[in-house]
Amino acid sequence: MRSEPTTILQGTLAMLILKSLIAGEMHGLGVSRRIQQLTGGTFSVKPGSLFPALHRMEEEGWISAFWGDSENNRRAKYYRLTKAGRKQLEVETQRWGRISWAIGQALEA
Amino acid sequence: MPLFVKARSFLRNLFSSGRRDGDLDQEIHAHLEMLIEENIRAGMPPKEAQRAARMELGGAEQVKEQVREVRVGNWLHSVISDCRYGLRQLRKNPGFTAVAVVTLAMAIGANAVVFGVLNALILRPLNVPQAESLYGLELNKWGWESYPDYVDLRDRNRSFDGLAAYNIAQTGLDTGENAFPSWVYEVSGNYFDVLGIEPYLGRLIHASDEHGPNSAPYMVLTYAFWHSRFQDDPGVIGRIVQLNKHPFTIVGVAQRGFHGTFLFFSPDFFVPMVNQEQVSVVGANALNTRGTRWIFELIGHLKTGVTPAQAVADLNSVGSYLEKTYPKDDAKISFSLVRPSLYGNFLGGPIRAFVTGLMLLATLILLAACTNLGSLFAAHAADRSREMALRLALGAGRLRILRQLFTEAVLISIIGGAAGVLGSAVLLRWLSVWQPVHRYPINAVVSPDATVYGMAFLLTLASGFLFGAVPIRQVLRTHPYEIVKSGSIGRVGQRITVRDLLLGVQIAICAVLVTSSMVAVRGLVRSLHSNFGFEPRNAMLMDTALDMAGYSGDLVPAMQKRMIAAMETIPGVESVGLVSWPPLANGSWRESIVFTDETTDLTPSNAVASPVMYCISPDYLHAAGTALLAGRTFTWHDDENAPRVALVNREFASRIFGSPTNAMGRYFKMRDGARTQVVGIVEDGKYRNLTEDPQPAIFLPILQSPWSLTYMVVRSNREPPQLAAAMRSTLRTLDAGLPSYIQTWSEAQDIALFGARMATVSLGVLGVMGAMLSITGVFGMAAYSVSKRLKELGIRIALGAQPKEVLQVALGRAFKLLAFGSAAGLLLGIIAGPVLAHIVYQATPRDPLVLAGVVLTMALLGLLATWMPVRRALSVDPLRLLREE
Repeated sequence: MRSEPTTILQGTLAMLILKSLIAGEMHGLGVSRRIQQLTGGTFSVKPGSLFPALHRMEEEGWISAFWGDSENNRRAKYYRLTKAGRKQLEVETQRWGRISWAIGQALEA
Repeated sequence: MPLFVKARSFLRNLFSSGRRDGDLDQEIHAHLEMLIEENIRAGMPPKEAQRAARMELGGAEQVKEQVREVRVGNWLHSVISDCRYGLRQLRKNPGFTAVAVVTLAMAIGANAVVFGVLNALILRPLNVPQAESLYGLELNKWGWESYPDYVDLRDRNRSFDGLAAYNIAQTGLDTGENAFPSWVYEVSGNYFDVLGIEPYLGRLIHASDEHGPNSAPYMVLTYAFWHSRFQDDPGVIGRIVQLNKHPFTIVGVAQRGFHGTFLFFSPDFFVPMVNQEQVSVVGANALNTRGTRWIFELIGHLKTGVTPAQAVADLNSVGSYLEKTYPKDDAKISFSLVRPSLYGNFLGGPIRAFVTGLMLLATLILLAACTNLGSLFAAHAADRSREMALRLALGAGRLRILRQLFTEAVLISIIGGAAGVLGSAVLLRWLSVWQPVHRYPINAVVSPDATVYGMAFLLTLASGFLFGAVPIRQVLRTHPYEIVKSGSIGRVGQRITVRDLLLGVQIAICAVLVTSSMVAVRGLVRSLHSNFGFEPRNAMLMDTALDMAGYSGDLVPAMQKRMIAAMETIPGVESVGLVSWPPLANGSWRESIVFTDETTDLTPSNAVASPVMYCISPDYLHAAGTALLAGRTFTWHDDENAPRVALVNREFASRIFGSPTNAMGRYFKMRDGARTQVVGIVEDGKYRNLTEDPQPAIFLPILQSPWSLTYMVVRSNREPPQLAAAMRSTLRTLDAGLPSYIQTWSEAQDIALFGARMATVSLGVLGVMGAMLSITGVFGMAAYSVSKRLKELGIRIALGAQPKEVLQVALGRAFKLLAFGSAAGLLLGIIAGPVLAHIVYQATPRDPLVLAGVVLTMALLGLLATWMPVRRALSVDPLRLLREE
């Protein structure tokens, strides 16, 4: 069993996924594209990282999954934020704020 | 909430992993399709679009695997799949699995049994409240106490919360149907209160019941006796029964599970010690004589805060007071504190030493088993080095492979351990109800408890890890390229390794044990059919103590005569004899010093011999099947008014008078100086034990030396149970209140044969263990060497080697070890023969049957152990081998 995400990248990925789902329910590819869009193309999430993260977050109860139809009438698995997920996003956002401020300070000094 | 969500996912992952995987498949597939569509929409040609999509996905299987790895409960999943894979591997190698499981089952079973005994006898305190602070007093290393000394100790010590006393005795209980001998604890009034025992029914005995000798005719039953004898009838409270023809009132039943305070001897009931005169035969005035030491043990709880050392000092100060006040009776007194339940150090010491030794032995057996299984496992791992190399090459971690190997080892150990524990539980249950000696309630409850099961489980796991660890180095050193290139590593040392030596020692020990157990069995069988100087078959023994039913003086011989006459009327009875104490029975005998006729100073140092002595009725020799060699037997006219006469055995005749013919008609003097004439010579026999040298023995007419303990020997061809019933009802018509105990003479020999039987059984068990170790050891070694040299063997066969030469190469060392080990063991066994002869009568290794048996057994063991490796070595197919390896 993995514990809380410890590396900054893992934490960041979960945060970005939560953030991209704020806009509404999405399938895996949608999430991936949304992150690309949100970060101005800086981050492109590979399926090898995306799906494990989605599944783990589902097990944490931050997002829930259901089968729906895609734009082209293809059955796809959709994810949506849960209440716990919204709360987690707040927590992560705050944490990220602290970290980026601290690192910014450190680099400027 | 998150915990709940996680638990739900965990269960879902565990139980519907198939559906979850299907879901995942679909999800990834859909993702791929969508990627392709996206690319097509971006203007790529379909082929290009597919390729780009696959590139971006980066391997559907890997993604799926990554997802599976983050799932909650993934570890359990992989353990389960490891187990499944392990079980499949084990099923594929049934021979290997069977050997490993049986070995472990036996080794762990042996440990569980010995630990169960250790736990019950030594670790687990008595079944009373606060058993940790309960101590027994030991007087001068091992001494019994007198009642007046007990009272002084009880009242003068300042260290105990009450000091209780108990004594074990046999008494005749008459509940109105049949009087029978039963076992009783005579207890001080405070016994139950000191121990903190509660009544199950009615009340217990208290100090307030005691008002001087014979003032408290009450009895308390044990739960077990109430259950078996009174069928749980609550109406027994208040009932009056007869003990040795004295009325006693049943006042209560002690709490369930209380078996008294001596582990080996569970009483039927308890009576107050102040009534001992009515109950047992210590002597009329035993409560008042300080010199008569008859009390079995004093016990009590230490007061809180008092250390054992302080208590001993306190007791010894009471002791020195007693020494000063009663110098005649209490000459030298020193106390020590002991754990109760095994009668202090007298019995407890040897028992502890014995059980601890056994435990050590069992541990060694387990260790040896693990070593052997380790080499077996190494062979197993070597066989699979290709598989492992392949897995390594495909990217499996070494840790993953090691975990797989450990899983298999632990699986085997758990299967073996479970089988072993099951067997040991059965054995311990059986031991708990086992009464080694028919006549006495000697029995120890050793049923396994949670500690035993826990210990067995730990041992199981530990041994699994122990032998599972042996191939670790092998796996860590595996280089996939090397193995795939050249097959398994073919380095086989020619040096003699430590492992070889160990194995040789194991084989030798096994051979010693096999030799000794065969010697013992042969000796035992022979001793059962040898001439004892009497014929125990087709003879029943009925023993009564006439004083238990109030007979004394002239009444005793009169009653004995009536009993003989009555028994003779039973249909099918050939003859009836009476003896004070039968030879070789119940581990006891009586002997008396005698003097030559010329001796006038009758001090013990002038005695000429100390023969075993029997007081017999005229027909005893006939009933016992003892041959009269010369002279006459007794008649009822050899009574107190007739001249004193005796029968002597050959040994006595030759020792005192030079020869049997010389002895006829001659005189010797008894201890009391009575001149006694030898009127007949009987054959020699075994009297005290089976291994004794010929002993002198004399037989005296019962009317000239009356004796109230009476054994009747009833010779008949009838079935023992029917005969016993007839004897019992015959005795009842004579005196319904006379307790008797009936057994066959063979059963009465249990004690005499106990040592020999135990030795034989233990040697047999150890022999089987040794055989098992040797088999696994040789099997492991042979399998390993064949598996390592498979390639070499293939080349040899291809070059035209004959089966004999192949075996020579593959298994020469194993065969050599077997031969040397067995020879050494056989030799040692022969040397050890005389030691065994001390325990088992007529045990000799110079017996062609034994020698042949040992050689055959060892050969069979060798065959069994090398069967599979031999077949494997011979079935090497060079073509297949060259193709595959």
